Amino acid sequence: MIDVITIFILAMFIGFEVITKVPPTLHTPLMSGSNAISGISIVGAIIATQAGGSVGTWLGMIAVIFGTINVVGGYLVTDRMLKMFKRK
Amino acid sequence: MEYKNLFYVLAGVLFILGLKRMSHPKTARSGNTVSSIGMLIAIVVTLAYFGNLDFRLIAVGMIIGTIIGGLFAVKVQMTGMPQMVAIFNGFGGGASALVAAAEFFTKVGTPSQTHYLMGTVGISIFVGTLTFTGSFIAFAKLQGIISGKPITFPGQQVFNGIIALVMLASVVALTLGTGNMMLIITVVILSSAVLGITLTIPIGGADMPVVISLLNSYSGIAAAAAGFVLLNQGLIISGALVGASGLILTKIMCKGMNRSLVNVIFGAVGGEVEGAAAATQKLNIKSYSTEEAAMIFDAAEKIIIVPGYGLAVAQAQHAAREVADFLMEKGKTVLYAIHPVAGRMPGHMNVLLAEANVPYELLKDLDEINPEFEDCDVALVLGANDVVNPAARHDKSSPIYGMPILNVDKSRTVIINKRTMNPGFAGIQNELFGYDNSIMVFGDAKVMLTQLLADLKEL
Repeated sequence: MIDVITIFILAMFIGFEVITKVPPTLHTPLMSGSNAISGISIVGAIIATQAGGSVGTWLGMIAVIFGTINVVGGYLVTDRMLKMFKRK
Repeated sequence: MEYKNLFYVLAGVLFILGLKRMSHPKTARSGNTVSSIGMLIAIVVTLAYFGNLDFRLIAVGMIIGTIIGGLFAVKVQMTGMPQMVAIFNGFGGGASALVAAAEFFTKVGTPSQTHYLMGTVGISIFVGTLTFTGSFIAFAKLQGIISGKPITFPGQQVFNGIIALVMLASVVALTLGTGNMMLIITVVILSSAVLGITLTIPIGGADMPVVISLLNSYSGIAAAAAGFVLLNQGLIISGALVGASGLILTKIMCKGMNRSLVNVIFGAVGGEVEGAAAATQKLNIKSYSTEEAAMIFDAAEKIIIVPGYGLAVAQAQHAAREVADFLMEKGKTVLYAIHPVAGRMPGHMNVLLAEANVPYELLKDLDEINPEFEDCDVALVLGANDVVNPAARHDKSSPIYGMPILNVDKSRTVIINKRTMNPGFAGIQNELFGYDNSIMVFGDAKVMLTQLLADLKEL
């Protein structure tokens, strides 16, 4: 348990360091991009289908749908936005 | 040795590298690709390393999710981006809550039911469900399904306090693991769902950038919490990154409004302000036609365009760029001033203008652009209001006092386009409109700019 807390805290710090360097111009794509990353719950959703036909399996499947929406939608829309940022 | 964890760390590293490349528009797009490869690795490793998965259900879920997510991503207009990010936050939070709930139903009453597991399940369901319902309220407000004005009722704070206590007590009960666990988990879910709604409805339209950032952070925290439930490094690292990202944006947005987070969440700013109508009468407003405005532009050397939410509503970003292009062809300098909280989410205006092919070098943030107004001939304010209200600098009684603003009033002439004289979302009248160097051009931003361009060409 201490291990996972350590990982969590260190990852938070890296997050702060990296994201403070993102310019305001890119804040919207940053948001939709990080949104896609939070779709990582899809990993948990996949694992949840292990339960074998019980309530847990079905909840896992709904979670797979939600997570996929987040991942696919998030990355696609971020790419669509970033494609538009052009120089003179 | 759990090799799969190495792959999760690799995925985490790719997310970090991807976010790092977001520090410049040139590298940002490839950064997004790097990040998506990290996600692919995490998913493939999960599918490969865990036995007894229901591949059929997973495939069906992924296909449905891909269709819905893909449609959203392709169809959404750039002006509708805040709603879309809001609803995606909701799905992220919902997914995490469901993962925790699935773990609960699988392990409850078995020897695997520990205090740690039930405690993390409780926290995970709480954050996830709150993010889910809160995000849908934010979506409904931004989409105009429910009023963007704060919705308040007597005793709201007390009610929220009681629900929060109920929620806390039920999470503690869940952790202790005795009693009717099904009843307890139902209370956790219901109280979190209600809290998500009642904490979001009193927040006004102009405060939406803060709320979306905060919900973004919550969706990350929810994913990390689900990671604690499953003791999965991948979820914890990614969730922490998103949580940190959302927190930073929340902080920047609060600073952009000179308000504390507590004030945004509990302040309910944006209701009807008494006396606003009376203030209008005192303002001595000069209303010009686009033809007259065109002559002022013709004489100007340096022009700064200040876009606000009104520009997004009118879908006038392309029209604004066409006017700017024409003026630049005539040898004039044109810059864009972007306030941190202009629009309904962080960076909203930048995306709209990027869509209209405005090069990002011309978009200047608050600190860069404010000195530029001193020698600016014309500041063109398009559907922005509170972010250019000089009362923020000197009027201690104003609700927006202390908020950093764009000093458009320092320009020789300020041309303000608005649809009507209705006050902005903070519900207050803007004294700028009555200034000697201010000129109002009323009308829909797109119609006005198109007419202005025609008039400019005729000169």
